[in-house]
Amino acid sequence: MKLTKTLLATTALTVAAGMASADGHMASEMTIVSWGGAYSNSQQEAYHNPYMEKTGVNIINDSSSSEAVAKLRAMNEAGNVTWDVVDVVAADAIRLCDEGLAMEIDPDEHLAPAPDGTSAEDDFGDLIVSDCFIPQIVYSTTFGYRTDMVGDTPPTSVCDVFDTEAYPGKRALEKNPINNMEWALLCDGVAKDEVYDVLETEEGQQQALDKLATIKDEVIWWSAGADTPQLLADGEIVMGSTYNGRLFSVIEEQKQPVAMLWDAQVFDLDGWIIPAGLPEDRLARALDYIYFATDTQRLADQSKYISYGPARASSAPLVSTHADLGIEMAPHMPTDPENAKNTFLYNYEFWADYRDDIDAKFQAWLAQ
Amino acid sequence: MTDSTMTPDEHRRADEAATGPMLAADGRPLKVSLNRALRRQKLRAMLLIAPLLIFVLVTFIAPIADMLFRSIENQIVSDTLPRTTSELATWDAETGEIPPPEVFDALFKDMFIATERKAHTRLGSRLNYELTGVSSLFRKSGRRVDDMGEVYQDQFEDLNDFWKDGENWSALMGSDAWRSSMSDWDGKDGRSAPAFEPRSDVASTLPETVAIYREFVDFVLSEDDNPLAEDPWAVVYAALYEDLANGADVSAVSGAGAAELLEAEAAASNFETVDYTAAFADVDKDWHSIEVWQTIQTYSPDFTSGYFLNAVDMQKTPDGPAMRPDNERIYIKLFIRTMFMSLVITGSCILLGYPVAWILANLPARTANLLMILVLLPFWTSLLVRTSAWKVMLQQQGVVNDTLVWLGIVADDSRLALINNQTGTIIAMTHILLPFMILPLYSVMKTIPPSYLRAAKSLGATNWTAFWRVYFPQSVPGIGAGSILVFILAIGYYITPEIVGGTTGTFISNRIAYHISSSLNWGLAAALGAILLAFVLGLYWAYDKIVGIDNVKLGG
Repeated sequence: MKLTKTLLATTALTVAAGMASADGHMASEMTIVSWGGAYSNSQQEAYHNPYMEKTGVNIINDSSSSEAVAKLRAMNEAGNVTWDVVDVVAADAIRLCDEGLAMEIDPDEHLAPAPDGTSAEDDFGDLIVSDCFIPQIVYSTTFGYRTDMVGDTPPTSVCDVFDTEAYPGKRALEKNPINNMEWALLCDGVAKDEVYDVLETEEGQQQALDKLATIKDEVIWWSAGADTPQLLADGEIVMGSTYNGRLFSVIEEQKQPVAMLWDAQVFDLDGWIIPAGLPEDRLARALDYIYFATDTQRLADQSKYISYGPARASSAPLVSTHADLGIEMAPHMPTDPENAKNTFLYNYEFWADYRDDIDAKFQAWLAQ
Repeated sequence: MTDSTMTPDEHRRADEAATGPMLAADGRPLKVSLNRALRRQKLRAMLLIAPLLIFVLVTFIAPIADMLFRSIENQIVSDTLPRTTSELATWDAETGEIPPPEVFDALFKDMFIATERKAHTRLGSRLNYELTGVSSLFRKSGRRVDDMGEVYQDQFEDLNDFWKDGENWSALMGSDAWRSSMSDWDGKDGRSAPAFEPRSDVASTLPETVAIYREFVDFVLSEDDNPLAEDPWAVVYAALYEDLANGADVSAVSGAGAAELLEAEAAASNFETVDYTAAFADVDKDWHSIEVWQTIQTYSPDFTSGYFLNAVDMQKTPDGPAMRPDNERIYIKLFIRTMFMSLVITGSCILLGYPVAWILANLPARTANLLMILVLLPFWTSLLVRTSAWKVMLQQQGVVNDTLVWLGIVADDSRLALINNQTGTIIAMTHILLPFMILPLYSVMKTIPPSYLRAAKSLGATNWTAFWRVYFPQSVPGIGAGSILVFILAIGYYITPEIVGGTTGTFISNRIAYHISSSLNWGLAAALGAILLAFVLGLYWAYDKIVGIDNVKLGG
C-alpha cells in the first residue's frame, strides 16, 4: 500500500502544481512576446526594466515572435490567450488585425502624446499602417559585404549584387520573394515608382524571377536573420541581405571586416499589438505598459542598445550614443539622411494580396 | 478402450459427459467462474493503462483529427456571406454576365454584418488563397460599406426623429415579453441573455427588417451592450426600406411606432435609392469581375476538395479539377523528394549503423558500455546544436573543406558544396537519426548467440557465408525496426532540412511549417499533412505485407 500512497501523493502534487501554473497570471505578472536575442535585450533595458521598477509588475519574456501569428490564432481558437503584449512586424500585425486576433488601438487615447504636445497619431504619422499596430522601430533590410573580398572598388549600388563578374562569390538572399523581387526589378531597369505595378502582372513576376535566375547558382538562401551575419563572418559569402541591426553588431560589436551597402534598403516596421479578447485587468495592464513603453523618451532609449530607428518623429533628436560602445548611434540608423539617400518602402497592401500567389511561384522556381 | 489407454484430456471429457460441467467450490460452472475472475483482471489491467490511453486520446489523437479535418472544412464562406452564397447558387458564370442585383443587395447586408463582426477580412484572406487580390478587395469594401447604408438611415432620420433612437427601435421590433425579460437581465450569475423575440405583427409585416435586427441584437449582446438602448446598424434602415418598397402592409402593425411606420411608408416612395451593383463597383471595379464571383461560388459549399487539390498541384476550375500552371507546381515534386531522400537516409543509416551495432554487440560489456555512451551522446545534445555544428563542418570555408584543401585533395578555388543542398541534408540527418538505427540493431544482435557463427564455421563455412547465411538473416528484424523508425522520423523532419537544406534539400514538412506559421493557410497545411500521413500508413501496410510486422523487434 505504500506504493499506492506515494503514487497518490505525487499525483495530487502534480495536479496541484499544474493548477497553480495554469492560474499563474497573478496580478503582478505579464507576458511580453518578442524576438529574443539582442532585440529583446534592447527592450529589456529600455522598456521592461524601467517599467518593472516603476510599477512592480513582473515581466515574463517569451521569444515567440517569429511564429506569433500562428500561435495567437491557436490560442484564440482554444479560448486561452496567455500573452499580454506581442512584438510583431507590420505585415504580421495587418494579418492579425484581418483575422480579428489583435485589438484595435486608438493612438490618441492609448498612446502618449509627444513632449511638445503633438498627438500620438501625428507623431507616428504614416507608420501606423494598421488599426491594431503600435509602431516601435523602423528597420531596414539591406546588404552587407566583406570589405576584404571586393577588391578596391567596394559595391555602391544594390545592382552590384547581380554583377557576379565584378564581385565574384556567393551572395545570401532571403528564402522568400519579398524584397528580392523588388530588387531584381529595380536592377532590371524598372523605375522605382513602377515596381509594384510591374510586379502585379504575370510578366513582371517572371521578369523578376528571370533576373534572379542570373545569380541563382551563386545564392545561399537564408531563412533566419542570423544566417547572413554568420556567413559574412565566416567568409562564406561576399555579400548578403539581412536586417540592418544584425549587420551593425557584426561590424561594430564583433569588428568583422564587413561594411554596409545602404543602397535601396527596404524600410519596414516592427511594433506592438495587444491580443484580442484579453480579460479586463490584463488588458488594462497591457495598455498601461504600451502607454509607457512607446513614449518619446523610451523609444529613443532603445536605440542606445540596437541600431533601429525610433518610430516617433519626436524621438529622433533624442537618439544618443550606444550604451556599451559609446559611439554615436545616429549614423547607424537606417533613417539617417546619409544612409537613406536611396530607399524603398515595403508595400504592405501589395504583399497582403500577392504574397500567397508570388510565394507559390517563387518556391516552385527555387525548387526547379 | 480401457482406462489405462485414455489420455488425461479424454479422462476429463469422459468425466464431464458423466457428471456434467466441472463446478467450482461455490457451485457455479468452473468456466464461468474462471471467466469472471479473468474479466476482473482484464478490467484492472485496463484501469492501469487508462490514464495513458486517455492522455493519448486527448492530447494526440483528437488534436490531429481536428487539424486534419481542416483540410476539407470550408464553412467560413457560407457563414460569413450566407445571403450572398444562397442568392449566388443559381447564377451561371458561363453567361459572362455579372450576378443580378439581388446578389449585390445580399452582399451589402452580409458585408455590413461581417464588417461589424470583423469577419470580412478573415474571409478575404481565406479567398485570397484561391484568387489573388480578394484580401484587399474585402478590406477596402469593409471600410466603405458603412457609407452605403447611411443613405437610407439619413433619410429615415430626416423624416422623423423617432428613427434616431435605439429605444424606439427596440420597442418597435421586440415583443413585450422579450423586452421586459431583457431589462430584468443583468448578465450576472451566469444566465445567458433572453433570446430575441420579435413582435408578431411586425415579424409578419417586416420580415427582412426583423431578420437583420435579430442579428443586430445578437451582436450587441456579444459585445456586452444593452440591445434595448443601442442604435441599430445602418443596414437595418436599408432592410426597412426594402420591406416598405416591397409593399409591406404596415397598417397591420399597431402599438408603438405604428404611426411612424405609416408615415415612413408614405415617404419611402420618394426616397433616394442605392444601386448596390454600382456602389460596389465604385468601391472596387473587381466586384464586376466574373472571376471574383466565380471564386465565391466555387467555394460556397461547406466542405471543399480545394485544399487537397492544391496539395497535389491542382486547382478547382469551373470545368472541374485541373493541373496548376507549370510555374506553380511544387508539392508533388516535394513529396517525391521527401520520399527519395528519406530512403537514402535510411539506407545510409543501415550502412553506417550495422557495423557499429555489430561491434557493440560483440565487445566485452565494459568496452561496449563505453561505446554505447558515444552512440547515445547525440541524444543528449540539442538537435539545433548538432545541426548548426554540421553547418560549421560542411560549409565551403568549413572544417571538412579546409582539411581537404590542406591535404591537397581539393583545390582552394573549387571547394566542395556540401551544405545548403541535398548532400547537406543527407549527411546531417543520417548523423542525427543514426542512434535510432543502432539501438534496435544492437538489441537484436545481442540476442544472436555467437555459437551459431562458430558452429557454421566449424561446419566449413567461410567467414562471408557464415555471416551472410547465418548471422545476417537473424539480424533482419533489427534492420526492419531501425528502418521503420528512421524512415518515419525522416519523412516528417523539418528543422534540419530547413537549416542545412538550401533549396534542393528541403522536405514537404518545410512547406507545411510555412503554411502553418507564415501564410496561415492551415487548410492546405492539413491537406499536405493528411497526404503525408496516408503515405506513411500505406508504406507501413506494405511493409507488413512484404516483410511482416512480426519480424520487427525493438528490443531483445
